Amino acid sequence: MKNVSFKIDGRECTTEKGQNLIEAAKQNGIFIPTLCHFKHLNPLGSCRVCTVKNNGRAIAGCTVKVDAGMDIEVNTKELLDNRKAILEMMFVEGNHFCPSCEKSGDCQMQNLGYETGIRYTRFPRLFVDRVVDARPERIVVNQNRCIKCKRCIEEIRTNDGHKVFSFTNRGNQTLVSVDYEQEAKLSEKQAEHAMRICPTGSILVKGKSFGKPFGNRQYDYAKKGNIPLDDIKKHNGTNRKKKRVATASLAGCFGCHMSMLDVDLGIMDLIDVVEFNKSPLTDIKHFEERCDIGLVEGGCCNTDNIEVLREFRKHCDILVSVGECAIWGGVPALRNTFPLEDCLKEAYIDSITSEDNETIIPNHEDIPKILDKVYSNHEVVKIDYHIPGCPPNANHIWNVVKNILFDEEYSITYPEFKYD
Amino acid sequence: MDRTHLLNKLWEHQNKDGFISDKAVSKISKELKVSNVEVESVVSFYHFFHKKPTGKHTIYLNNSIISEIKGFEDVKTALEKATGCTFGEEGNGDFSLFETSCIGLSDQEPAALINFQPFTDLTPRKVNLIIDKIKNGEDVKDFSSKTISKIQHIPEGDKAIIFRHYEMGKSIREGLKFTKQEIVDKISKSNLLGLGGAFFPVGYKWQSCKNNEDDEKFIICNADEGEPGTFKDRAVLQHVPGLVFEGMILASYATGAKEGIVYLRAEYQFFKDQLEALLQEFRDANLLGKNIQGVKGFDFDIRIQLGAGSYVCGAASALIESLEGRRGEPPVRMWSATKHGFKHKPTIVNNVETLAYASRIIELGEDHYLSMGTEGSPGTKLISISGDVAKPGIYEIEYGMPIRDLLTMEMSQATAPYFVQVSGPSGECVGPDEFHRRICQEDILCGGSFMVFNRTRDILQILRNYMEFFKEESCGVCTPCRAGNFILTEKVKKMQRGLGSLEDVDEIKQWGNIIKLSSRCGLGKSSPNSLIYAIDKFKDYFNVKIAPTNEFQNVEFDMEEAVQEFDTYIKDTQL
Repeated sequence: MKNVSFKIDGRECTTEKGQNLIEAAKQNGIFIPTLCHFKHLNPLGSCRVCTVKNNGRAIAGCTVKVDAGMDIEVNTKELLDNRKAILEMMFVEGNHFCPSCEKSGDCQMQNLGYETGIRYTRFPRLFVDRVVDARPERIVVNQNRCIKCKRCIEEIRTNDGHKVFSFTNRGNQTLVSVDYEQEAKLSEKQAEHAMRICPTGSILVKGKSFGKPFGNRQYDYAKKGNIPLDDIKKHNGTNRKKKRVATASLAGCFGCHMSMLDVDLGIMDLIDVVEFNKSPLTDIKHFEERCDIGLVEGGCCNTDNIEVLREFRKHCDILVSVGECAIWGGVPALRNTFPLEDCLKEAYIDSITSEDNETIIPNHEDIPKILDKVYSNHEVVKIDYHIPGCPPNANHIWNVVKNILFDEEYSITYPEFKYD
Repeated sequence: MDRTHLLNKLWEHQNKDGFISDKAVSKISKELKVSNVEVESVVSFYHFFHKKPTGKHTIYLNNSIISEIKGFEDVKTALEKATGCTFGEEGNGDFSLFETSCIGLSDQEPAALINFQPFTDLTPRKVNLIIDKIKNGEDVKDFSSKTISKIQHIPEGDKAIIFRHYEMGKSIREGLKFTKQEIVDKISKSNLLGLGGAFFPVGYKWQSCKNNEDDEKFIICNADEGEPGTFKDRAVLQHVPGLVFEGMILASYATGAKEGIVYLRAEYQFFKDQLEALLQEFRDANLLGKNIQGVKGFDFDIRIQLGAGSYVCGAASALIESLEGRRGEPPVRMWSATKHGFKHKPTIVNNVETLAYASRIIELGEDHYLSMGTEGSPGTKLISISGDVAKPGIYEIEYGMPIRDLLTMEMSQATAPYFVQVSGPSGECVGPDEFHRRICQEDILCGGSFMVFNRTRDILQILRNYMEFFKEESCGVCTPCRAGNFILTEKVKKMQRGLGSLEDVDEIKQWGNIIKLSSRCGLGKSSPNSLIYAIDKFKDYFNVKIAPTNEFQNVEFDMEEAVQEFDTYIKDTQL
């Protein structure tokens, strides 16, 4: 095959004529992220993460065969944002609870989330009720996590050439369905292959998940360098010597507060420059003074959460959502795919610990009312910054705070930026 | 069994049993030597195939925006009352009710298909009469509606191209006077563009298919017009179907294809028998079959393939996938269809109207065609007008006619037009200050759908209907189209609830552009069009819809609404 030269973002590159663009870019040291492209498979063009521009025309990079003189754009501002947006669409379309996912840390989609620096999604989560199918012999298919990349559909076949997976339905109802009969014919090895090529945690082999401890997973430390972060809001207020910080935990588990204390001795340095006002750490119940920064853990599941959050917005110059629950609902939002009525029934009436013939659901004017779903904080008030993680890394939290308050240099390394 | 017969096989089961059972799926998959789930994936893609039993009478009520403004809700309620069934749920033994995307009867809305027989201009009263008749055991075929659309306008004098006297075989006899290359040249010279909505040069397609040497080639007529508001292909197929067949025969003559397929959308199967009868007439007159008109080796025949309910199959590449017995997903494009199309052979896919024009161009000569219209788009065009007009129907207009003229007393008699949707939801909407724009290549093209809405219509309702349509009809393969249209639908709903801020309006535009940039096929690339255009063009309307915001530019969170569900439920559970 003849070698041809072409350009990526203005850089001269060479490869064999007709080479797949993703591979050609790799040969030339340029990484084009993709979730559906897979080695020998025909280009699937389904995830669209690899969208590039070829001579000004937008096209999925995995479907481009390189030819001489091509002028490819990969990392322009528009395309980088587009790539991030598509990943965000995947996050909101499914129900991706990274903290409770077996594949977390080994998940290609999650890793791309890190690499593109997604802290929160611009789109609201859709919270569609989706099936977890454990009926197959060897595998479990969790539709909450499926991004419909088609890899398994094209790649996984039985020894006699039958497909095991296929799309069913269409539009926003599209699913990857399993053929139980064919699935049963898969060997353990073939089933594990299916799990491995799945870019998310949608296909799991029974008894083979949670195999690797934290720290040993593929994407725990994978990349050197920092997470691309932008649009951080600077605090330009008081000249007070000590800055005031307020914190609160709404529908959360206090884990993020625990994590804040995880800077160990660093907390001593912090005490010199900040003081805490309203916070569970000081047990100050009501704002006594205006604060420079408010750190809010947890989302809003009841009326009290809403009121506290509004107080915070009113009394804090900068408001930061800390942790997954605050950013999009997190674990409490697992209930968002069910009607409230079902949740209350399950908790108070039909639960195994409730008394026979129980009909009462606790309700009193002193008890906050439950909202129809768990809301993320930025659906309720304006949030200035989001710190992901479950819980977020302590350094991450304080780096952000110090940057906002003191304009200190700010960088978050790859291992400090996690969704779990 | 050959996989290209899969759709027919599935139709057999659907028609016989009212659904496609697991047993049937398993039987078919054995014959095809594929796994069950592969057949199921095809079944579940098309919305006229059912995996669960349906009643003896399946009723598909059109939920397009035109139907909605003409009384969809009342008719829906009346149908539910009269049949005792609920839409979208499993029916009883007698009836099953479903909503469906535009069925190509926009000039006669609300309309429904009952066992695929058309019932138009429905009212609650009419619904009761129909259901009574069905309950009395009458056959729906005997009292279905006449659907033939009125030809409301043709250019004056001898100018009409499509709707003029038709004589069977004339264009073929005329065409046989020329060499194959001359036929292609005439089509190229006429500058005829694909009239399904993509406006791809027809001559180029024909030439390319002709140039590709292969022993087998195909001519496919795309009769799967699904763009809401269009019904001009139905009009052509009901008024002058012969023209379409002759266009295919001429294409076959020029390229050497031996087989023609009309991919007829399932919604139009009520006139399939007439088309079959006409094909037989063509065969009897030696216009189809072997050695056509005595030309040795000129063999060509046409068969009709029924679709099964999918908008995206109107795109040529998806249509070929569907013909080959797969899901109608537009494939990743590696070749053009004229090189590797149906069964991987050179294939021409032309729209119904395009083929009709092709045969007229051969019959009347390209000069006649070129003498009309504008430089960029010569000739005439069929427009299907519906909505708030006194005279809905088919208009054959000379290219270059301003939108305003189409709305006048002499033409469609629109009443207080305010929002005109040109080319359907994937096209462009225009407001009164753009009614001077002309329908032609140089200004605004119209695929055929032309929907008029007056000042009393709610633009957000219109846009929501469009977005629900795309959300439902997306093939589901690529992320931006599948998830993005879903997300945008939710956003429009939020605006409708009065919770949209200025920021939301900007986001609709930004998000729409992301979907347009990165979607895989034309559906996703054009689905946010109307939304984006409407926001720019109807600023006055949107300004009123934008909710007041607080100092942080946030719409105040509505706590009352958020606890309503809790309050309602709690009320019933207290002592």
